[in-house]
Amino acid sequence: MKINLKVWRQKNNNTEGKLVEYQLDKISPDMSFLEMFDVLNGELTKKGEEIIAFDHDCREGICGSCSMYINGRAHGPQTGATTCQLHMRSFNDGDTIVVEPWRSRAFPVIKDLMVDRTAFDRVIQSGGYVSVNTGSARDANETLIPRSIADEAMDAAQCIGCGACVAACKNASAMLFVAAKVSHMAVLPQGQAESTERAERMVAQMDAEGFGACSFTGACSVECPKSISLDHIARMNREYLGAKLTSTNVQG
Amino acid sequence: MAWVTQTLSSSLGRKVIMSLTGLFLSSFLIVHMAGNLQLFKGDNGRAFNEYTYFMTHNPVIITVSYLLYTSILAHALMAWVLTRHNQSSRPVKYAYSRPEANSPWSSRNMGILGTVLLLFIIIHMRTFWYEMHFGSVPMAEYDGKQYKDLYAVVKEAFSQWWYVLLYVISMVAIGFHLAHGFQSGFQSLGIRHTKYTPMIEFVGRYFFALIIPAAFAAMPIYVFLQVHGII
Ligand code: HEM
Ligand code: SF4
Ligand code: FES
Repeated sequence: MKINLKVWRQKNNNTEGKLVEYQLDKISPDMSFLEMFDVLNGELTKKGEEIIAFDHDCREGICGSCSMYINGRAHGPQTGATTCQLHMRSFNDGDTIVVEPWRSRAFPVIKDLMVDRTAFDRVIQSGGYVSVNTGSARDANETLIPRSIADEAMDAAQCIGCGACVAACKNASAMLFVAAKVSHMAVLPQGQAESTERAERMVAQMDAEGFGACSFTGACSVECPKSISLDHIARMNREYLGAKLTSTNVQG
Repeated sequence: MAWVTQTLSSSLGRKVIMSLTGLFLSSFLIVHMAGNLQLFKGDNGRAFNEYTYFMTHNPVIITVSYLLYTSILAHALMAWVLTRHNQSSRPVKYAYSRPEANSPWSSRNMGILGTVLLLFIIIHMRTFWYEMHFGSVPMAEYDGKQYKDLYAVVKEAFSQWWYVLLYVISMVAIGFHLAHGFQSGFQSLGIRHTKYTPMIEFVGRYFFALIIPAAFAAMPIYVFLQVHGII
């Protein structure tokens, strides 16, 4: 396949970036999108040019690092998949593909297609944990949890922290991510003890990081590689409003 | 009280204000539409004028009307705050983006639709509300009692084609605003359930986004056609 690429190149966060065009002639339709970038970077290396920086790790859709905004969509045209799970057969011979980094105030560009997603880590640190002792593996079987609730928690826990929800949202809102993290613990008994503080703290941190508010467009859920449901956002809203009305925290 | 201001200025709290004011305004639309249906009575405005008399003299209605003005202001102000905050959350825009692939148009353009509505509300209130309260409205007499003949003002306004057009466009805007807004308002409050969400979506899509705007749009069209002797 022949592919024309327009890739965002930016030296670092202090310099301006721009789209740069590249032509690739011998691309196999069976290559993943990241392998196509490997080929391009190989060619750039041979020419003595600087390679394109992009994040990747597992290359099997579980680590969430391969952030790329491809042809106007987070992780490209496929739904329910990350960039590493996207294959060149999803494109046509001769296509022009525009690739940009995630765009969000809370995700500054580090270099080229790489962005700094530590804002997510700080949201998790603010409350995305349980501090009760849940014991060893066998203790898990002692806490009886109905199958439907376990499923609900697992659906939310599938979130891989990729940031596609932020990238796709017109407000660069992190609601789906934060909601998934609030939700998967809010439905389980182990998460109850800190349930109110968790929602308060995580939402406060989310706001402090500079993410936008939710307009409920649903773009996040459509573009989420794990298809996290909007139900979790509603649950977070409930948790948060309940917490604000009942917690003993009067400082805010 | 720090927690109150902190809650209401958080991203979720701001949406609660949007939702409560927006849903209250939506409920007002039902009352407003039901009353205005009197225009179709063909009694030269008697029922309509009696209804406007009731609306401007009943103490409960008067109290609620202050809540209504406050809601419009709070909704518009909060819309402005939210929209600015949301835009600042993405300082560098995408060179190429295809939002139509993942979300409905109305959900992404609530601010534009709302701006149309705000302009409409200002013009609408200037023509009718202001005239009724502070302007000079001719009087009509029914059974020996004096009434302000707002119907005459309505007839005059709706005899102009451009005014009718403005109404129809604004009703299309409110249709789109509520096609997304009505169900979104419940989501903002955390009200989402397999049993009730489909009902809320149905009511939003058909009643608030279709029937109500259509009924409102029919009024100026009907009066226009009547005044010009077409029907
Ligand atoms: C005064 C002019 C208006 C402006 C500027 C305006 C603006 C907005 C904006 C920007 C939103 C979306 C907020 C977001 O991004 O989440 C919104 C939501 C909404 N609006 Fe309006 N609007 C106006 C009038 C109205 C009217 C007249 C109604 C009802 C009859 C209404 C009902 C709603 C509802 C129900 C929502 C959803 C709230 C939510 O998502 O929680 N709006 N409005
Ligand atoms: S909610 Fe989905 S899109 Fe958002 S970070 Fe988690 S996995 Fe990625
Ligand atoms: S590289 Fe891990 S999800 Fe794509």
